[in-house]
Amino acid sequence: MFQEISEKFDGIFKRLRGHGKLSEKNISESMREVRRVLLEADVNYKVVKQFIASVEKKAVGQDVLKSITPGQQVIKIIHDELAGLMGEKQEPLTFSNRIPGTIMLVGLQGSGKTTTAGKLATFIQQKGRKPLLVAADVYRPAAVEQLRIVGREIDTMVYSDEGKDVVKICKEAESFAKEHLHDTLIIDTAGRLHVDETMMDELDRLKSELHPEEILFVADGMTGQDAVNTAKVFTEALDFTGVILTKMDGDARGGAALSVRAVTGKPIKFLGVGEKYNQIEVFHPARMASRILGMGDVVSLVEKAQQSIDQEKAAKLEQKMMRDRFTLTDFYEQLQQIKKMGPLQDVLSMLPGNQKALKNMQVDENALVQTEAIINSMTIEERMKPHIINGSRRKRIAYGSGTRVQDVNRLLNQFTMMQKMLKRMKKGRGMSMPFGL
Amino acid sequence: MLKKFTKLQQGLSKTRTGLVKGIGRILKSSSRIDENTLDEIEELLILSDVGLDTTEHLIERLREKYKDGIIDNEEEVFNLFKAILAEELNSSVSANDPENVINTKPHVISVIGVNGTGKTTSIGKLAGRYQQKNYNVLLAAADTFRAAATEQLSIWGERVRSDIIKTSPGGDPAAVAFDAVNAAKARHKDILIIDTAGRLHTKSNLMQELQKIHRVLDKAMPGAPHEILLVIDANTGQNGLAQARTFMQAVGVTGIILTKLDGTAKGGIVFSIQKQLKVPVKYIGIGEKPDDLQRFDPGEFVEALFQ
Repeated sequence: MFQEISEKFDGIFKRLRGHGKLSEKNISESMREVRRVLLEADVNYKVVKQFIASVEKKAVGQDVLKSITPGQQVIKIIHDELAGLMGEKQEPLTFSNRIPGTIMLVGLQGSGKTTTAGKLATFIQQKGRKPLLVAADVYRPAAVEQLRIVGREIDTMVYSDEGKDVVKICKEAESFAKEHLHDTLIIDTAGRLHVDETMMDELDRLKSELHPEEILFVADGMTGQDAVNTAKVFTEALDFTGVILTKMDGDARGGAALSVRAVTGKPIKFLGVGEKYNQIEVFHPARMASRILGMGDVVSLVEKAQQSIDQEKAAKLEQKMMRDRFTLTDFYEQLQQIKKMGPLQDVLSMLPGNQKALKNMQVDENALVQTEAIINSMTIEERMKPHIINGSRRKRIAYGSGTRVQDVNRLLNQFTMMQKMLKRMKKGRGMSMPFGL
Repeated sequence: MLKKFTKLQQGLSKTRTGLVKGIGRILKSSSRIDENTLDEIEELLILSDVGLDTTEHLIERLREKYKDGIIDNEEEVFNLFKAILAEELNSSVSANDPENVINTKPHVISVIGVNGTGKTTSIGKLAGRYQQKNYNVLLAAADTFRAAATEQLSIWGERVRSDIIKTSPGGDPAAVAFDAVNAAKARHKDILIIDTAGRLHTKSNLMQELQKIHRVLDKAMPGAPHEILLVIDANTGQNGLAQARTFMQAVGVTGIILTKLDGTAKGGIVFSIQKQLKVPVKYIGIGEKPDDLQRFDPGEFVEALFQ
């Protein structure tokens, strides 16, 4: 996500830093490049115009040009303006005391409402709520069936009643939720064009009948300039409360994120970043600005690690390492912990520094799978005492895991290296969990 | 022909309102083109998702002609710009009508694209088109990943009276494709349309899966798929180019279906795709009804834009 855009900013910033002194001409040249990058990233034309004007105005101020690091100053201005564009602070979901609270998902066809409904349900379930998914798309073929399947996959009840008026279905879902102690309704409405008055009217009726706490506009992160028009009409009709940007795991440069916020003034609340139901991220404007500019997002990385790594297990593992009893079983467990953080490429993209180096280092998720398979093909004894793995055992393990003996050898060598490293670390304590791959 | 043309115009009416009325307004408000006018044209093109590079290219051409002194009134600018746009679209489009070049049986069409662009809906409409022309169509539900994708295609199959080959959710899409080819042969179907799962072009494992489907198709019937249609949402911004490029590199693309042109999105990315990748747009989607899939014709497209 945002990789291309951050690479380009990287280049612009390098040039900016390269100047000992900045003239107005340098700045306006840089601004032209920034304009180009933003337009190529699908940021709305008018939003770009305002953005450039406002950065330029601040950047040609006397303080900046006279400071010791003028380039750095300009970069900071761009960063701050970008963060400002995306909203000042993170805006959480709001719930009232009303039971059930109601979240309505709206948007164009194909923006990803149904998948997002599943993700949102997963998200609030983790926060201890009990959602009820409501199938309010009675138009698209098999849409209701799709939501039912989603519900089954994430263990969440789905309320559906085909062939009825949508408002009626939702009202009934409300009473159903009360009876069955569901505290949140997530309403999956049909995708519709903003120019379709009848369909927009339906949303309006839903809103006035249900009084939802949240109306979230689900927008495809790959949308171009028209994102602004669509969002504007939806917010004029419904005054929605927030935005969810989907498909942000592609290489779309996410300009829609900047424009929708700028034009509607409504906060972006979540990003959809994958096909699995837990692949939804809370949107943090400042962190996202850093990520776009290639400054990394260490805060999110640490949070992600905290979320997915079992603290107790990690502590145990560290103890074992220190006591020199680090076995292949432990190594395997460590791999599982890392895997839980999501695709390695995503994890790496949060690190600050040169994105290009990381990009070229095509992370091979398959290597992880292979390592797992090899360890899985060992007996428990072999995992505890790797030194007993002789030639014939190696052959068997390779055969069992569908790899070659060389692959088994490589893993065993790596493991021995790790053990040696750990021995050395024991002397100089304090370091934890090497990412031993 | 005329009827088709009217329908296209209806579908594109909003596109027209945005792009062309805007240009018309600009051109009428000043009797000469100056830099301001060109700036405004640039804004309009960019707002239509034409993209900065292509926009600059188009404006450069307009400017050259202007310098040459060929233009002296707004109507000529209008015509000239129209000609430039049509030429851009024409230069890469082969004159072949895919609906007339069916010389194998079954003629296998694979439909691919990122998530949510409207693959399944387009396939339903495409099957309807072929059925109307008395071709016997078989559908293959090779999207075994997305929840209820198969059901969705089944409903379309019933609507347009086409048989469908399917498997259980999570099944191997390549196996479905293979079975479908054999079934198409056995049942003497003229056309087989394969619905693949939506996939982001950046996911290398999913792109490999797609390559595998195509390999298996070729095995089941050498030369298949005969057509590979990439579905692009008209709302897509500059990423559309990356999508088209990556899918092209992975499996090759013989044509594009540009969907959702009935909204306010302009689909301007088509200009960049044609200019850079030379892949023709073959169909446009302009609604949710079975007959809302139209042949794309560059001449008509541009002509309709300027009505």
